[in-house]
Amino acid sequence: MTTLAQRVPSRFLPVLATVALFVLAFGVGSARYDGFASGQVIANLFIDNAFLIVLAAGMTFVILSGGIDLSVGSVVALSTMVTASGLQAGWPVPLVIVAVLLTGSTLGLLMGLVIHKFDIQPFIVTLAGMFLARGLCFLISVESVSIKDRTFRDVATAAIELPGGVTITYNVVIALLVVAAAMYVLHRTRFGRTVYAVGGSESSALLMGLPTTRVKVGVYVISGLCSSLAGLLFSLYMLSGYGLHAVGMELDAIAAVVIGGTLLAGGVGYVLGGLAGVLVLGTIQTLISFQGTLSSWWTKIVIGVLLLVFIAVQRTIVRR
Amino acid sequence: MTESPPPVVEMRGISLAFPGVKALQDVDFRLFPGEVHALMGENGAGKSTLIKTLTGVHRPDTGQVVLAGDDVAFSSPGEAQHAGISTVYQEVNLCANLTVAENILLGREPRRFGGIDFPAMRRRAAEVLARIGVHIDPASSLGEHPIAVQQLVAIARAIAIDCRVLVLDEPTSSLDAGEVAELFRIMRVLRDEGVAILFVSHFLDQVYEISDRMTVLRNGTLVGEHLTADVDRRTLIAQMIGRDLGTLEAIEHAAEERQAQGPVLVAATGLGRRGAIEPFDLEIRAGQVVGLAGLLGSGRTELARLLFGADRADSGRLLVDGKPLRLRGPRSAIAAGIAFSSEDRKGEGLVADLSIRDNLVLAMQAARGWTRPLPRKTKDQLVDKYLKALDIRPANPDALVRTLSGGNQQKVLLARWLVTEPRLLILDEPTRGIDIGAKAQIQQLVTTLAAEGTAILFISAELEEVVRIADRIVVLRDRRKIAELDGSVTGVDEVVELIAGGATPEKVVS
Repeated sequence: MTTLAQRVPSRFLPVLATVALFVLAFGVGSARYDGFASGQVIANLFIDNAFLIVLAAGMTFVILSGGIDLSVGSVVALSTMVTASGLQAGWPVPLVIVAVLLTGSTLGLLMGLVIHKFDIQPFIVTLAGMFLARGLCFLISVESVSIKDRTFRDVATAAIELPGGVTITYNVVIALLVVAAAMYVLHRTRFGRTVYAVGGSESSALLMGLPTTRVKVGVYVISGLCSSLAGLLFSLYMLSGYGLHAVGMELDAIAAVVIGGTLLAGGVGYVLGGLAGVLVLGTIQTLISFQGTLSSWWTKIVIGVLLLVFIAVQRTIVRR
Repeated sequence: MTESPPPVVEMRGISLAFPGVKALQDVDFRLFPGEVHALMGENGAGKSTLIKTLTGVHRPDTGQVVLAGDDVAFSSPGEAQHAGISTVYQEVNLCANLTVAENILLGREPRRFGGIDFPAMRRRAAEVLARIGVHIDPASSLGEHPIAVQQLVAIARAIAIDCRVLVLDEPTSSLDAGEVAELFRIMRVLRDEGVAILFVSHFLDQVYEISDRMTVLRNGTLVGEHLTADVDRRTLIAQMIGRDLGTLEAIEHAAEERQAQGPVLVAATGLGRRGAIEPFDLEIRAGQVVGLAGLLGSGRTELARLLFGADRADSGRLLVDGKPLRLRGPRSAIAAGIAFSSEDRKGEGLVADLSIRDNLVLAMQAARGWTRPLPRKTKDQLVDKYLKALDIRPANPDALVRTLSGGNQQKVLLARWLVTEPRLLILDEPTRGIDIGAKAQIQQLVTTLAAEGTAILFISAELEEVVRIADRIVVLRDRRKIAELDGSVTGVDEVVELIAGGATPEKVVS
């Protein structure tokens, strides 16, 4: 164990712990239930959580910069609403997509500017954004709006065949592309490295002459953009728009990112950690559904326990 | 030195006011290429403010900044850096979570296909590090390196761009002698390359060793600009302080004359904590100043924290007034009349966003208990008394602590503890990073307090100070108490010998 700890830098340990947890959870499932250890179960993990993967990628930016974004769940709901009602009104699909993505990133931009200009805690500003977006949903319609557009339904139900008879949806492809793009931006661009710098020490980053303003506002634009994209994926998944979609999903996203080893204080973490976090949450859900007699709220209980454990572990790592 | 080249930086008539403080008043400043220019002054003289005005952190209310003949008005440190003004601050302002290479080059890293070219970045960083003779792995994480190395990385960052002006704001305060020599070597190299270096330090020896020219500030105004060779120390100190230094000698006398024979106030037997400090015995009498000497990391602060209950002892016991006291935390220590003024005054002592008055009142009220509010008049009297007694400047009780200089913040912190009228006052590095004038005042205060019967545990990295002020000196090495000496007959050399190891203590008291 000591040799392992010496070879792997301690900053990778939380991510590795999450991956190990995922393997462990999946191993337990495979040992106990027939049919658990199949490619399709893994593929389903991605299919059922594609939107959460995208949300977690955006949330990783915000948390790395030392902020938090509580609005993402509501923005997902608003996006499903814009999508559904736009399609109902007969807008072409590309226009709907542009409208949705613009809405999300504009909301993010506004929140980022308010946080920066008035120097208010991101918690409060994005809480306001959360209520605002949720309210806007009901301004459009208080009913659930189903999506009947042919193109949209075709894309939603299209299956991509992978070797071994496993099928995935376009949602999965998009989510993985987003993860790849997020990794590139965070690790290979000046903007991404500045996100880490701001999260590590904002005053230092400022004194180093880095564009902290652009980064602090930018991460909320990215999170808003990811939220609206996640909203599009969620529309494809549910084939409806509804103001009560995705209630509390922001907390799932934050939980996934934190379980994936990203420090809430900022500056330390990886997009892949967030992906691993989502997979852990998804596996627990799958385990509980395979078990059959447990109610779904057990997922929440397990997530709660995991979160506590991970935050405690992070705390001890940071202390050292 | 001839004055043939025009100054690279010229600041004229700079004034700047903060709420409640006139930080700078009509200050002129010139900086020539290829010189090391020392900016001198007490804490609160306006050195840091002047530097921050130059580097774009503050904007002056009036006055102009001319860089290489052009009027400039920087609105951020980034703009100043682009114009060729780089700054290394006293506290390392880098990101410990990034790599060394990123810390040096972030913001101007080599790029390829729109992304950062990491191999090229590491090469460039290694080149810059080699230029100043530092050999560390650019791909390693900055946080893994000791502070001294981080400081050098900060300098590497400063010179990685074409910098014309390098500002070093107290870069030596956390370095040891060898590291300072290394820094000076680097500074000379850069100076000879034509870089103008602005240097701030509280160590006069260093200033005289490295600087060519100096500007002296006092209370936000310009006192004078001289070639270093033209001013002797006495003149310089007189200019900085504006009064004579007789106080220092008076302190020494007091230590010799004081009859530290009060009753034993605090007695520790076998007190210790694993990994922090090995079990030690210690007796402190009322009216006695006990000095703690030892290197950084020798367990000075750890010992103090045990006495204050900030850390729990895992062996031994503590007697206060001859009665055993179990410290469950700082609260029980405070209740027993023990006060601890932390070395980290920013983090652990003061509420920076409150006024001087509020900080003092907080402590008073906490000492009295919330059920017995203090009358307004008593508060004002007390605050006034301590402002005067400690010569806190500005003497405005409504000034925010955040806007005060380091020395004055330290005085407010002291005042905060003094209002609780402690019987044992633990001072951890009360004079670190503050100027001679404030230092003398604080030392003076320590002797006065002792004469009034307060027991004092005085911790300082400066041996001269400990030896001058303490009645007894406890020497620590490697987290162990190795000797206890009589302060009135001990010299600095003797203590150094003990700390360095080898010599057996001869004059062990008690």
